Amino acid sequence: MRQAQKGCTSGIITPMPELFSRWKEGLARSSKATFGRLAGLFGATEIKPDTWDELEALLIQADLGLETTASVIEALRGGVRTGGLTRASELQSLLEAELLARLDPPPALEFPAKPAVILLVGVNGSGKTTTIAKLGRRFADDGKRVLLVAADTFRAAAVDQLQVWAGRLNLPIIAGQMGSDPGAVVYDGIQSAVTKGYDLALVDTAGRLHTRYNLMEELKKVQRVAGKALAGAPHAVWLVLDATTGQNALAQARAFKQAVSVTGIILAKLDTSARGGMAFAIQRELGLPILFAGLGEKPEDLTPFDPEAFVKGIMNS
Amino acid sequence: MFETLTGRLNQVFDGLRRRGKLSEADVDAAMREVRLALLEADVHYSVVKSFIARVRERSVGAEVSKALNPGQQVVKIVNEELIGTLGGPAPLNLAGQKPRTIMLVGLQGSGKTTAAGKLANFLRSRGERVFLVAGDPYRPAAAEQLRTLGRQLDVPVFFEAEVPPPELAARAFEQASKGGYTVVIVDTAGRSQLDDALMGELQAIVRKVPPAETLLVVDAMIGQEALHVAEGFRDAVPLTGLIMTKMDGDARGGAAISIRSVTGVPIKFIGTGEKLDALEAFQPERLASRILGMGDMLGLIEKAEAAFDEKQAQKQAERLAKGEFTLEDLLEMMRSSKKMGPLGQMADMLPGEMGRAARNVPPEEMERSFKRTEAIISSMTPLERRSPDVLNAGRRRRIAGGSGLEVQDVNRLVKQFREMQKLMKTIQKTGGRNLGRMFG
Ligand SMILES: Nc1nc2c(ncn2[C@@H]2O[C@H](COP(=O)(O)OP(=O)(O)OP(=O)(O)O)[C@@H](O)[C@H]2O)c(=O)[nH]1
Ligand SMILES: [Mg+2]
Repeated sequence: MRQAQKGCTSGIITPMPELFSRWKEGLARSSKATFGRLAGLFGATEIKPDTWDELEALLIQADLGLETTASVIEALRGGVRTGGLTRASELQSLLEAELLARLDPPPALEFPAKPAVILLVGVNGSGKTTTIAKLGRRFADDGKRVLLVAADTFRAAAVDQLQVWAGRLNLPIIAGQMGSDPGAVVYDGIQSAVTKGYDLALVDTAGRLHTRYNLMEELKKVQRVAGKALAGAPHAVWLVLDATTGQNALAQARAFKQAVSVTGIILAKLDTSARGGMAFAIQRELGLPILFAGLGEKPEDLTPFDPEAFVKGIMNS
Repeated sequence: MFETLTGRLNQVFDGLRRRGKLSEADVDAAMREVRLALLEADVHYSVVKSFIARVRERSVGAEVSKALNPGQQVVKIVNEELIGTLGGPAPLNLAGQKPRTIMLVGLQGSGKTTAAGKLANFLRSRGERVFLVAGDPYRPAAAEQLRTLGRQLDVPVFFEAEVPPPELAARAFEQASKGGYTVVIVDTAGRSQLDDALMGELQAIVRKVPPAETLLVVDAMIGQEALHVAEGFRDAVPLTGLIMTKMDGDARGGAAISIRSVTGVPIKFIGTGEKLDALEAFQPERLASRILGMGDMLGLIEKAEAAFDEKQAQKQAERLAKGEFTLEDLLEMMRSSKKMGPLGQMADMLPGEMGRAARNVPPEEMERSFKRTEAIISSMTPLERRSPDVLNAGRRRRIAGGSGLEVQDVNRLVKQFREMQKLMKTIQKTGGRNLGRMFG
């Protein structure tokens, strides 16, 4: 393991062995869908033109996108030339290193402000509400006093959904009426967090496509209202991306970053067969750290993003 | 950002003004571009490969028609192949004894519950008596979500907590039969195709209540995994159709090609928004040009229709026809086009030369120039807006002062406006024929 989480507020991270086994479990399940191409690709044969084609297929199929794929292959070709490699098997570790070099370990999460307000945003169905529940559980386990704020007053029963989680996790919640102004709910939530002395307020927002001008304006307003309720809020804005998303993920990240200054990414649904390869392009172009990985539908199915496990997932394709 | 395929191919064939047959070398160069366009659209790697092979075969030796240049000729073949692969629009199969069951399946978050509500709305408007079944007991408040939609539509929703979905579906079906309902729509929990237990559950539902339609609901933004997802569902249940959701975004939707290629099931509907009436019949031509990144002119027109006040637009059109287009109208037009979304995004929907030109102007700059124009027109009196001829030096100075800008800015706007008026007149005369060239 890399010292990825060095300096992390203690306890925020699940013990490493647990994390790793959970991730591997997910990978084992998803590798059923693949052809074990890796074995053939990195076998004891010579590096041939075919090898590069296979490599390209591997990376594209993991949703890395054309640009990232081309740049990785370019780097590998360079490595092969200068390192004098001739066997395909020698490519494997080179590829792993090349991919790892393109991912930053998640930075330490520290929230000096109290309460710290975290806004979760994303397109419809990406996994925001479930992730709020997971984060709530995680931070509460850390000994933090957490308040959930259900500000998706648009989608049918979105508030009920978070309320069920709050009940199951025994966390307090401030919820809006369906159809009410999300800004008002956020204002109430933050005020309540201030007066009751909570450490964290986790705000769920309605899913919205990044191309919908009015909805993005609404989100900006929610963000402004948060700042009015408490100077400096929101202290973090996390974009929840569905790992099954293809090339559109970059457009989403771009648009949400521009609208509400996203500070980090959470990759949900990495337990499915998807590899989430768009993370590379998002890191490179937008410089946004990937903070957590969602690995299932239960509240405990969230781990800090682990670049090594993530790269293993791609290599396993 | 992506350029259009036509643009890229024109580059490939630059200088190739000759006619005759497409040579192997021509086609190879073109196929590289087609391949990139398809991969950027999230069409699966292996599907792209076989698709390219097919197009290649058709293209080599193809006669370049008189009307087209070689690039356009290739695009034409690609487009035809794509439309062929996507297949024609297929209606819902509602044959058989009533009530007929429609089951919705798919990954988590793909949009099944909303699609169930939309289908209910659609079928009811066609005279069916619809009965909804909330078959997702796992996700918190999933049943409540469907109930809420049911209330909005005034359609009954069946749900019993603690009852396993296959049994629930059976009970619902019985109740619907008794109640004289004609269609039963079963919403199911989102699941990964790798989840054996949950895929088994779907099979159990199918055994209990054999559906007339089993529709796979797929998010238009899905990446390469779409292929395996569709295969997984197809292997478990008898898929009969596909619904692509969230098509109101800017995803290219190449998954439709992959899924259609591996499963052969027709695409039945397109979801284009969160409201319950945002469900459309699938149009292969439109999806094909979207996948190829050739702009979605139809989509753009629709966006415009949604943002513009119809009466206002009508009035403008009439004045336009009479050559009475004023600064007042310009202001109005700018305000409504702002409602269509950020200018930068609109640029991406424009095809060819227009899109490229629009993209060359940074969106912030466009917004700024919009704001300036707005400020200037706002500082004019109604008379000045209607008849810019009265704008003498004194008035221009006053307007500049009022809008916090320079007199040159005012002059520039007036000049641009005159040019626009001239353009409008030309369009009127030619019936818009000349505009066609801008879409090349
Ligand atoms: N397998 C898996 N499923 C997930 C994960 N995160 C969320 N989901 C599921 O994805 C679906 C949508 O999740 P939600 O949390 O409701 O997504 P959302 O972004 O809040 O959705 P909207 O509010 O409707 O935009 C639910 O069925 C969740 O159980 C994950 O990490 N893995
Ligand atoms: Mg939600």
